[in-house]
Amino acid sequence: MTVISWQASVFNTLKSSGIELVAYVPDAGHSLLIEKSRRDPAIEDVLLTTEEEGVALCTGAWLGGRKSTLLMQSSGVGNCINMFALQRVTDIPLVLVVTMRGEYAEFNPWQVPMGSTTEKALKLCRFKVYRVSKEVQAAATVRSAIELAYEKNIAVAVLLSQEMLGPKKW
Amino acid sequence: MVKLTSGSSSEQGLNRRIVVGEIMAGLDDAAIVTGLGSPTYDVASVEDRDRNFYLWGAMGAAVALGLGLALARKDLDILVVTGDGEMLMGMGSLATVAVKSPENLSILVLDNGLYGETGMQQSHAGLGCDLSEVAAGCGIQNSWKISTYGELQEVKTKFQSRGSVRFLRAIVENEELERVMPTRDAVENKLRFRKSIDADGLGQ
Repeated sequence: MTVISWQASVFNTLKSSGIELVAYVPDAGHSLLIEKSRRDPAIEDVLLTTEEEGVALCTGAWLGGRKSTLLMQSSGVGNCINMFALQRVTDIPLVLVVTMRGEYAEFNPWQVPMGSTTEKALKLCRFKVYRVSKEVQAAATVRSAIELAYEKNIAVAVLLSQEMLGPKKW
Repeated sequence: MVKLTSGSSSEQGLNRRIVVGEIMAGLDDAAIVTGLGSPTYDVASVEDRDRNFYLWGAMGAAVALGLGLALARKDLDILVVTGDGEMLMGMGSLATVAVKSPENLSILVLDNGLYGETGMQQSHAGLGCDLSEVAAGCGIQNSWKISTYGELQEVKTKFQSRGSVRFLRAIVENEELERVMPTRDAVENKLRFRKSIDADGLGQ
């Protein structure tokens, strides 16, 4: 139940913040958010084959005048590095919501290298990075990230701590 | 191991700027996204329009960016013009496009089978990878390959018309053409582009 509650409130925040396109790679942590986006006829939901497509997609959406959000896991941030150049040269708003892996109660050591590099990599790419460790902070932080990105034309990432998400469940 | 040498680079091809000119001529109001390298110069050489958005980097971005634009602006026709090398780097985006299948998106790949920007090395397209088959395999039903002007005339109108998303692989000659360089200032390009399609008042 607790997992559902923060995702539902983040989804409501996306809607009330004017987000019209949600791009994603399937992810257990984001599963409810993805499902709600898929079911909402007012949201364009876009299933990506890899996360960097989402950077380009969100850039295109803003060129067309629409706000978007890109959902991914921390491993996906590594896939995006060169594509972030698109945001830097265009000064286009970009909002990432990232579920963290490899940092807490992680059973899979393969998640550790990128998980422990994600925040530093985003900062090197000049993202404003917010960290969320408690469910009650999630929606307000996402709202703040969207406002900042779209008012300042900058890239903002919200990292959802694995401590909050809990161990992976199948 | 057998090394493939056949492919688009050995075929008789079209003049890339004639192809781009013919396609752009039927899409006067369309927004155009160009993949880095020669496609950017080709589109700029035909006409440096306000509704052109030129990529000079972010290799592999062209189709996904065009998709974002197509989904954001269903009132506009969107044309992506890119090369075989750039398309190869963003090949997964063809699967992403097929799932959404926006009716206002046309994708033109100028295929010379070579990486032009880095010194004309053969690409996978030049070594046997058929991008029109890739697009069809991803689920883009309107996928064509052309290598003659007759074929260009045959598919041109279908490619430019709305319907399910369209993919056109044009086999083009390997030739050195004048580099017509549009702005490299992406912020200037963005502002000019957004103003031309009245994007500023949206998404508030």
